[in-house]
Parts: sequence; structure tokens; C-alpha cells
Amino acid sequence: MGRYLARRLAQAVFVLWAAFTVAFALLYLLPSDPVAIMLDSGGEGTFVDPEQRAELTARYGLDEPVHVQYLTMLADAARGDFGVSISTGAPVRSMIVEALPETLELAGTALVLALVLGAGTALAATYTRRPWLRQLLLALPPLGVSVPTFWTGLLLLQLVSFRWGLLPAMGDDGVRALVLPAITLALPTAAVIAQVLAKSLALTWSEPYIGTARAKGVSRSGILLGHAARNAAIPVLTLVGVTVGNLVAGSVIVETVFSRAGIGRLTQAAVGAQDIPVVQGLVVLAAVIFVVVNLAVDLVYPLVDPRITRARTLAVAS
Amino acid sequence: MTELITPVAPAPPGGPAEPVPAAERRDRGLVRRLLRPGLVVAIAVVSVALLWAFVPGWFTGHDPITGVPAQNLRPPGADHWFGTDHLGRDLFARVVHGSALSLQAALIAVLIGLLAGSTIGLLSGFAGGAVDDVLMRVVDVLLAIPGLLLSLAVVTVLGFGTVNVAVAVGVASVATFARVMRGEVLRVRQATYIEAAFASGVRWTGVLRRHVLPNSAGPVVVLAALEFGQAILAVSALSFLGFGAAPPAPEWGSLISEGRNHLATSWWLTTLPGLVVIAVVLATSRISRALGGDGSTTW
Repeated sequence: MGRYLARRLAQAVFVLWAAFTVAFALLYLLPSDPVAIMLDSGGEGTFVDPEQRAELTARYGLDEPVHVQYLTMLADAARGDFGVSISTGAPVRSMIVEALPETLELAGTALVLALVLGAGTALAATYTRRPWLRQLLLALPPLGVSVPTFWTGLLLLQLVSFRWGLLPAMGDDGVRALVLPAITLALPTAAVIAQVLAKSLALTWSEPYIGTARAKGVSRSGILLGHAARNAAIPVLTLVGVTVGNLVAGSVIVETVFSRAGIGRLTQAAVGAQDIPVVQGLVVLAAVIFVVVNLAVDLVYPLVDPRITRARTLAVAS
Repeated sequence: MTELITPVAPAPPGGPAEPVPAAERRDRGLVRRLLRPGLVVAIAVVSVALLWAFVPGWFTGHDPITGVPAQNLRPPGADHWFGTDHLGRDLFARVVHGSALSLQAALIAVLIGLLAGSTIGLLSGFAGGAVDDVLMRVVDVLLAIPGLLLSLAVVTVLGFGTVNVAVAVGVASVATFARVMRGEVLRVRQATYIEAAFASGVRWTGVLRRHVLPNSAGPVVVLAALEFGQAILAVSALSFLGFGAAPPAPEWGSLISEGRNHLATSWWLTTLPGLVVIAVVLATSRISRALGGDGSTTW
């Protein structure tokens, strides 16, 4: 157990470091001039005072050699300091910490919805004996991944909020305001989950133990839920590890459509103002989410399938 | 009984009638697969979208940029198929003319992903050892960061505009291409003909170019077709956020975004361009499935 934890921790630290480094390479090493970007964000044709320029360059340490910049920033980041935002001057960390709860609430609700919708579709498609119904249900996921998220959101707004007046169109107070954004965010994820689970169920369905269960007289729903679903759930669990990060990233669009505050709006504003420190902080946040969720998923594997021990989880992961 | 146990097994095609030579049977199967209604519709949709991009004048006589202010916010009708926007511009004309920018951006994105990704995958899979380890760890990290966020980070540095958005979407797809390419190269490298080529003294560049690349390109091409649809979605999402084409240039994502201000009154401004995007994306994914040799799709 101790060795397992140590190894997991080392892996987590590696992913975080690598994400930080990739973000640094993208944001600071690409042939661009961060200071020019920072000064330019005010508007077109801003006059750039050379003195102001030099001052900014020195303040962000951009006059140092690249490796010194990198190491300084890495040391700061290791202590949880991601610098200050160029457009607001506030510390990046407190901006992210402030925006995070709203988005986690949205992404969490969306994840639950996506699991329910996705698993429901796949189970129903496997359970039904009517070919036309199965075809119909299996045609839904490919449709779901082909629909732009922002379009779904706008369509829901149009019908549910404006036409029928059922739910509030914008804002972020209360459960009622959470319904439409969560559905919008959940649909593409639900489609992917349904696709993976339906395929996995179809594979499991041809296993000999399903035939055995049937021969022993277990009902169709009993086989599906008691024998097939649990074995087919492993690929879905792996998928969830990737999905949570995508949900948080997807909040960029959903929070823009529904005018909610959160990480998504912060991202949109940061990219719009070309606020490099904030964007770097957000990339590292995505890596943190990835690491935490995957650790949780790894701990759940043995609960779903006792054949998977911790040692084997590691072997699969690496 | 067997049928109950494996309900997903497809019925044997044709039936056990008179024996047909294998080649002929394969041809017939191919023809039948190509004539599946879904695939025919998909090819038609993509062809029309491409024609829109190259010869928009064939499809609409209206001007996409300057409108008739007196005719603003008209619902869809015989004269304006998709209605008009707040400046009296014909929405159908804007969608038709917008396909050039949208498809071009998606194409750039896929080409970047395809070229960079398959180069990395090819090197990684062929060289093996430490090169493979390092490259694949980088790819793993890129896969851990959500694609949309990665694209946004690239846009932050490159600035706004359709081409920059296209590059950003392409960069985000490099890792996926690299993964698939590497997997294929690893499979091909085991083959006896690779060993034979090395044994007969072909240099490694020759083996790579003449034997490994042609034999491992298939799944990557299928992925490229699939990614084309996803790139259309990603490009339109970034345009929707306001980082793409500057107004008044028409682009599918920004068209939908412009309709936001008239959501309560003019449903057509967001709904119809969105339906066009969905149709094209669905069509590309159907074609990609056909390219992948998936015969199990019955439509």
C-alpha cells in the first residue's frame, strides 16, 4: 500500500509538472511577444511607451534568460503562486479559487446527468427486443456528438425559457437556474458514455456466463443489471477519468451561453484579454482535475471488479 | 436460442443460395455498402457543402455582407429560405458563403493534426526506446489537458482570427493522431516483410517510406475524416466565443452567435445555421465509418 501510494504520488507530480511545462512552452516560447500582447490588449493602435515596456518586461522577469524564467515560475507554482492577472492585477490563484465552486457544481450535476442518460440509453438499447427501438436508441449517441454544445444551449433557452417561460434564462442562483446549463453540458458526454457502454454491453452479452445465467433461469433484466452491467462498466469508468476535465473545459461555452459566473467565464475573459498568467493557471488546474479524478477512478476499479487489484491497476495505467 | 443469447449478431448477408466467386461476392458487398441510404445522403451533404464553399453563386443570388435594412428579421419564406437577420441580410446566403471559411478552417486544423501527429507517431513507433518513451509521455500529457482548453491557450498566444483558430484546433488534435499512428506502426513493424526489407539491405528511411507508412496509414485516414467533423464543431465553438472571424465575414459559429441577441423573437437565426452544421458533421462521421470498413451499420 505504501509503495502504491508513493508511486501514484510520483505519477501525479509528474503529470502536473509536465502540464505546467507544456503550458509554459506554449505561452512563453512560441514566437510571440508577451509584453506586446499585454500592452496591446487595451485597444487598437495603443502607443507603447518604451519605459513602460521595459518596466513591464522587468516586472514579469521576461528580461531574464528563458531557463531562469522557467525555473522561477516553476518554483512559484510549486508553492501555489501563479502570479498576478495582467488585466485585473489580482492573484491568479484567488481568481481561480473564487470561480471554482460554481463550475464544480455545474460540472458535477452534468456528470451525474450524463451518467444517468448515457447508461439509461445503452441499457435500454441492450434490453429491448424490438429491433426498431434498438436502432433508434443506438442512433442517438452519434447524433449527440455531432451537435454543437452552444447550439443545444441556445435552443433550450429559446424553447424552455423564452417560448414556454418554464426556467430562468440566465443567472446563477438556485437550482432552477442550474437545470438548463447542466443538461446542455451533459448531452455530448452522455452520448459518448452511451456509445462506449452499448459497445461494451454487446461484447459482454456474448460471454459464456451470460448463457449460464440464462440457462439457470435468470430474467432478462436480472442478467442485464446483475451480470452484464457490472462487467461492462469498466470502460465507462476509464472514460469518466477523461470526461470530468472536458466538462470543466466545456463550461467555457455553457457559462457564456447562460451568462453564469465560473471557471468558464474566467477562461473566456482571460483568452479575450490574452491574459497569459491566468491561462497558464487554468491549464494547470485542468491537470490537477485530471490527476485527482483519475486517482479516484483507480480506487473505484477494484470495487466494481474485484479481479482488478491495485497492482494490476498500476500495470494497466502504465 | 442462440439468437436470444446474442441478439446483436447480424443476419448472414444474402443467404446460403448458389455459390458465388469470392471476388464477385466482395464486389457485390462493397456496392451494397456504398448504396446504403445513410451513406448516399452523407456524401450528398458533404458535396453540397463543398460546392457552397467553391461556387456559392450557384446557390444564392443574395449578398451575404450587405443587406436590405427594410427587410430585417423576416422569418423563413420563399424569397429568404432561412429568413433575414437584424440588418436585413439573407441568412441562407450567409450560411452558403460561410461554408468557405468554416470548411477551410476545419481542413487546416485536420492537416496540422494529421501531419504533425503522424510524424510524431511514426518516429515514436519506429524508433522505439527512449525516443518513444519521451514522445509518448508528452502525448499523454497533451491528452490529459482538455482539447478545448489547449486550443484556447494557443489562441491566447497567436491572437484571434479564423486561421489562428484553425491552427489552435489542429494543435489540440496532434496527440490523438500521434497515438493512432504509433499503434499502427508498432503493429506493422512486427511484420515479416519489414524484417525482409531490412535483411535485404534497405536503409531505414526507405523502410519507413516504402513499407511502414503505406501500411499504417489506413486508420489514420479514417481518423482524419472523423476529426474533420469534430474540427468543424471546435472551430465553430471558438468562433462562437468570439475568437474567430471578425464581423461581418460570415462563419457558421459566428452566425449562430450573432443570432443570440434575437433569440426571443427570431428563432431561425440560431436554429437553421446550427442544423446545417449538424448535418455536415453527421455526414462526415458517417463517411468516416464507411472508410473504416464498418459494415455493421445498416443504414
